[in-house]
Amino acid sequence: MIKLIVDTLLSQVRTLWLVFMKLFQKKDTVEYPDQQPYMFPRWRGRIILSRDPDGEERCVACNLCAVACPVDCIALQKGEMEDGRWYPEFFRINFSRCIMCGFCEEACPTNAIQLTPDFEMAEYVRQDMVWEKEDLLINGTGKYHDYNFYRVAGKKIEGKDKGEALNEAAPVDVRSLLP
Amino acid sequence: MNLEIGSPLTVGLILFAVIITGALLITVERRLLGFWQERLGPNRVGWFGSLQVVADMIKIFTKEDWIPPFADRFSFVIAPGIIMSVVLLSFAVIPFAPNIGVIDSNIGVLFVLAMASLGAYSVMLGGLSSDNKYALLGSLRAAAQMVSYEVFMGISLLGVVALAGSFNLREIVEAQADGWYIIPQFIGFVIFLIAGVAESHRLPFDIPEAEQEICAGYHTEYSGMKFGMFFVAEYVGLVLISSLITVLFFGGWLGPTFLPPIIWFAIKAFGFIAFFILMRAAVPRPRYDQLMTYGWLFLLPLSLVNLLVTGVIILSTQ
Repeated sequence: MIKLIVDTLLSQVRTLWLVFMKLFQKKDTVEYPDQQPYMFPRWRGRIILSRDPDGEERCVACNLCAVACPVDCIALQKGEMEDGRWYPEFFRINFSRCIMCGFCEEACPTNAIQLTPDFEMAEYVRQDMVWEKEDLLINGTGKYHDYNFYRVAGKKIEGKDKGEALNEAAPVDVRSLLP
Repeated sequence: MNLEIGSPLTVGLILFAVIITGALLITVERRLLGFWQERLGPNRVGWFGSLQVVADMIKIFTKEDWIPPFADRFSFVIAPGIIMSVVLLSFAVIPFAPNIGVIDSNIGVLFVLAMASLGAYSVMLGGLSSDNKYALLGSLRAAAQMVSYEVFMGISLLGVVALAGSFNLREIVEAQADGWYIIPQFIGFVIFLIAGVAESHRLPFDIPEAEQEICAGYHTEYSGMKFGMFFVAEYVGLVLISSLITVLFFGGWLGPTFLPPIIWFAIKAFGFIAFFILMRAAVPRPRYDQLMTYGWLFLLPLSLVNLLVTGVIILSTQ
């Protein structure tokens, strides 16, 4: 009985002492706005639209990202340039819906849409969370520096006929195969 | 500046200092709790968070002061006032320094105990008039806790009173000139410390307002400055208990003469305030029945034995 009482009291004193010594320990708090965390390059944050090495928009308005998006936050409209390239007339991402899942990046056949390590996207007005193409487009190539869709794809545009793309064989003239 | 006991200047200064200390403690406690939990606590407002109290006050003053339609208006409104005035009244008898104090009363100890008992009314009225099950449970617990703790809180002080031969707090301090009462009355000190924690509803004995069990207990329905009164009164009560321990067991203003007496008093009292905050950071809350059993079956007999032994020693040495 006496031992129990003494042990209980000493245990309380020990608790108090151990907690008091925490005063001199390093604190666990990360003082976030002053002390920025390291963001990993493949972090899935704010979405951007990249350009190809020639400085043209990569997006070909194929709508695959909008289809893949589980929350339907991407909206776009196809347009066509005079030289035959496709481009989005508007490209709109509603970041108040976006869940940063990265499915759009996986779906994109031209590496146009990419996720970046930026996560500081708070806004005071909800409408400001809707980003248009001008806001999304960057002046660089993003994660893939050499990729240019029109240079490797078989799509015919002005100045590049069928079969002239990189690693592409000339189209087979089906009539010449006739016996 | 001519300070003497009971002059309007002294009274005003004491009132001001006590309320400011109570308000500042909100910040101090949050900072210290943070340090003891390996956090930093609020450090963004002002220099190292020193202006946090201003932000808290602005917030609490601009909140809606809402009285629930189902509450009993009269007692709902006076309950926070009672605890605030009762706690502040207790400071009337505390001797801060030889020339600083409100009154020099020869029933000081009794006055403090009486005021502490009156504080129970506030908690009970607040919980009862809220007409809320959590508030009612909280005030029920508060009442039971007060009943069981005030008994041996008083008895634990009788040893000190017997040694000093006076109920006057000022004379009790002066009687400690040759030795603080912490040494002859160590058990009395421990019991009074525990009772003081229970009296000021601090963790680990904050059973009347246990957040995890009954919301916020008796002040569940309070908002705005009425809640603020309960809140600040709790901190002022903390200052009161720390001052009382300083006066009764640690020689009040007595100390080496290189610092003025009031500074010694403040240092000692702040040490106990920090200890109370440390207890909040470290010690878990006991169950309700454990608290009652512990109080009635262990601390009450212990305080009676302490009083008996003190009496025997005083009589035998005369």
